[in-house]
Amino acid sequence: MDVLPFLKSLVSISGLSGYEAPVAKLIEAKWRPLVDEIKVSRVGSLHGFKKGTGKSPRPSVMLAAHMDAIGMMVSGIEGEFLRITSIGGIDVRVLPGAQVTVHATGSGEELPGVIAMPPAKLLPKEAAQEVLEIKYLLVDTGLTARAVKRKVRVGDLVSFANDPLELAGGIISGHTLDNRASVAALTICLEELQNTPHIWDVWAVATVQEEVSYLGGYSSAFELRPQIAIAVDGTFAKGPGADGWQTHPLGKGVGLCMGPNMHPFLHKKLRELAERLEIPWFLDVTPMHSGTDAFPMQTTAEGIPTALVEFPIRYMHTPVEAVSLKDIQRAGRLLAEFIASLEADFVEKIVWE
Amino acid sequence: MAEKIALGNTQLKLLEKLCNAIAVSGDEGEVRAIVLEEIKPFVEEVRVDALGNVLAIKPGRGKKRPRVMLDAHMDEVGLMIVGEDGEGIYRFEVVGNVDVRYLVGKQVWVGRERKAGVIGGKPVHLMSADERTRKVPLEALRIDVGLDGKVNVGDRAGFATKFRRVGPSIMAKSIDDRIGVATLIELIKHAPPNIDLCAAFTVQEEIGLRGAKVAAHYFNPDLAIAVDSTPAYDLPMYAGGENTSYNTKLGLGPAIYIADGLALHDPRLVRFLQSVAESEGIPYQIRQPGGGSTDSSAIQRSLSGIPTVSVSVPHRYTHSPLSIARVEDWKNTINLLYLALQRITPSMIEH
Repeated sequence: MDVLPFLKSLVSISGLSGYEAPVAKLIEAKWRPLVDEIKVSRVGSLHGFKKGTGKSPRPSVMLAAHMDAIGMMVSGIEGEFLRITSIGGIDVRVLPGAQVTVHATGSGEELPGVIAMPPAKLLPKEAAQEVLEIKYLLVDTGLTARAVKRKVRVGDLVSFANDPLELAGGIISGHTLDNRASVAALTICLEELQNTPHIWDVWAVATVQEEVSYLGGYSSAFELRPQIAIAVDGTFAKGPGADGWQTHPLGKGVGLCMGPNMHPFLHKKLRELAERLEIPWFLDVTPMHSGTDAFPMQTTAEGIPTALVEFPIRYMHTPVEAVSLKDIQRAGRLLAEFIASLEADFVEKIVWE
Repeated sequence: MAEKIALGNTQLKLLEKLCNAIAVSGDEGEVRAIVLEEIKPFVEEVRVDALGNVLAIKPGRGKKRPRVMLDAHMDEVGLMIVGEDGEGIYRFEVVGNVDVRYLVGKQVWVGRERKAGVIGGKPVHLMSADERTRKVPLEALRIDVGLDGKVNVGDRAGFATKFRRVGPSIMAKSIDDRIGVATLIELIKHAPPNIDLCAAFTVQEEIGLRGAKVAAHYFNPDLAIAVDSTPAYDLPMYAGGENTSYNTKLGLGPAIYIADGLALHDPRLVRFLQSVAESEGIPYQIRQPGGGSTDSSAIQRSLSGIPTVSVSVPHRYTHSPLSIARVEDWKNTINLLYLALQRITPSMIEH
């Protein structure tokens, strides 16, 4: 599967945290032929069900990729300008001059806009001359005050609008690749499973509100109550300004996370499988909170053995996040092979050393 | 009232092409090619000089025709690749005055082949609270063209921003000064017979008004008008109250300069433009006197001195990835100049 066109369409459609419906529809259309059943949870997560070949009652594995995106929201209207606030972990340094879309509910239009950085002379003295806090920034839609008043409402969403760019070496760059790239990886996994028998039932889940509260991770794990849960998310790639122990080379393989959020047995099995299949991988150690859906899923109900499969993202939470298509393919394939490798009695083998 | 030029899609399409072109100071070739193609059928004489300026003359008819120089700069602020870190990562410098805070998280086109690049930043998750509030210095920024991507030291890079029309506005990079370039092209196509129109499409304005200096010397005009785009700081004050230092405001028409950081503009020409605007019912505004500069100061002090004035189309968010200007302001600028050129007489600038 050439994942690029689907990934491009995934990052070109809106779906900020709490407002994932547009992207959920796109994913649903893509997954529908790949699963036996598909439905939307009470809070908006997408549950794709692919039936296993084992005897009933079959165990199930849940794959979770969050589909929500960080963004902004209109907090005030001043003439032709909009004040904004953030949804999720916005990096305010990237905002001045960024192209955005204002999802105007007054008129039902998507208005192009740009984030304006007012000059120092229009700001109070205490406003830093360095990076401006989001409260000092404005959005300009190029429209008159009258048109803005008619079209825009406080509470309207503002999303990044730059088109994705293909860089050399199979790298795609754009906003929202965290975590739509994982949705693409889940899609690759579902496609591989079309021709790969698996005993276990599979729940492919696109979760909501990971960037804000892990709402989808908590609620879907509770509703579906899988025997195993695997979160798929991005980790930090090495690159300009980022070379600490938390960072990993871009395009060189899949990350397998270990730490308190992950069950060591599942981690070990994924490692062994990657070795056997010669899928390049790296170890990502997370001393405490993984900052992914693995965190809520693990403590759902009576507790669920959880793993985290990752790929590196450069410039995370900027509008130019960069990922390697090869890494996404590798993550999708590893997930499919892992699911296919699950024996009927695998749960009983999950042990603590 | 005199007849005006009807401006529509054709002119806007040309402006779009000009804004989407990349012409960082010293590397103005893309815009130069568009200008030459557009004006050649309409002028008698055109040359590309030693610095890369496009200098064209459209002579009028009759005796005692003043030589009127119109100036617009072709170059834009941008970036230049200055070093290679390996694996598609490159160091760069800024060319012209670019606020470094505009750079993180932006997409760029690099080199003549327009290779795609991005300027990334350290993930916010890995920054200390203190780091999050400090701007990333230029030395720490890189252009990333992808893992096995290759560009050259010396390549220029420009923001990958696409022109678009939105309601009464245009959104584009490099409105400063492609809107002036487009204005000059339109005026060449509608040059009146009472003057010799000397059009200078200049280079290197953004790094010291360098093209205009030699262009003025070459033309030796009787008077000159620099056509540029000036910032509008007409945003609300954060703390409330009236914004009294807006420079210009969008929608109020062409901005006529009286004084900027480098020149006092010729009062006869300022009054002349005001009277044309007022008699023709064309809205205009006086740019708030203060800093900044255009090619006009370089022209004014050329040779034995040249009476000079400057007219700008206002735009917001100067020297950034995306600026906004009003189409009406541009149309009014073109028509103010079109009608003014027709009324220029040799006696106007005599003492």
